[in-house]
Amino acid sequence: MDVLDRIKQQVEENPVVIYMKGTPQLPQCGFSSRTAQALQECGEEFAYINVLADPEIFQNLPRFADWPTFPQVYIKGELVGGCDITLELFQNGQLKTMVQEAAATKSAS
Amino acid sequence: MNVQSGIEKKLIDNLNTSHLEVINESNNHNVPAGSESHFKLVLVCDDFEGKNLLARHRLVNKILEDELKNKIHALAMHTYTNSEWQQKNENAPKSPPCLGGSKEG
Repeated sequence: MDVLDRIKQQVEENPVVIYMKGTPQLPQCGFSSRTAQALQECGEEFAYINVLADPEIFQNLPRFADWPTFPQVYIKGELVGGCDITLELFQNGQLKTMVQEAAATKSAS
Repeated sequence: MNVQSGIEKKLIDNLNTSHLEVINESNNHNVPAGSESHFKLVLVCDDFEGKNLLARHRLVNKILEDELKNKIHALAMHTYTNSEWQQKNENAPKSPPCLGGSKEG
């Protein structure tokens, strides 16, 4: 499968997914760490993809949604943003709502 | 021109900035001393009025496309309109510490 199709499938199949350096348990970058932590604190399950373990995704993700940096958070197939945006949404309470809505959509389907 | 001044010039030339901080945070990271790899921007400008965060970051990413692609490794970005900035009491969040995972770029 083409790498962009693979990414498309990942963001569509998972209501919440983060592309990050490392894993939520063992993050390899401060920005990825903080972002994954904010998602964890929303209290729902989320998928993660370690871009350091998948060079093809590492190389091609920036052109998928025209976003040049990592981490990247997708909710219901749409790019939410990187670290700064995700944290800002977390701090004003919107992230939790978005994550919970996405999780509810999945369990309903 | 060093990377930091290049970033400043591009942002000033392309946006109506009323407050701009370009902070080199590379010395908090796993790179040689004197590097220009990790930056933080605090950008206050009324071009952001009516734009969500994603659109604001996209606008800046476009202006700094060459830097992001070829010169720098990380760019933290805090974007405000003048009224949001006043509500924030003119304080932007701190960047996270490095965890050492990537030396490329």
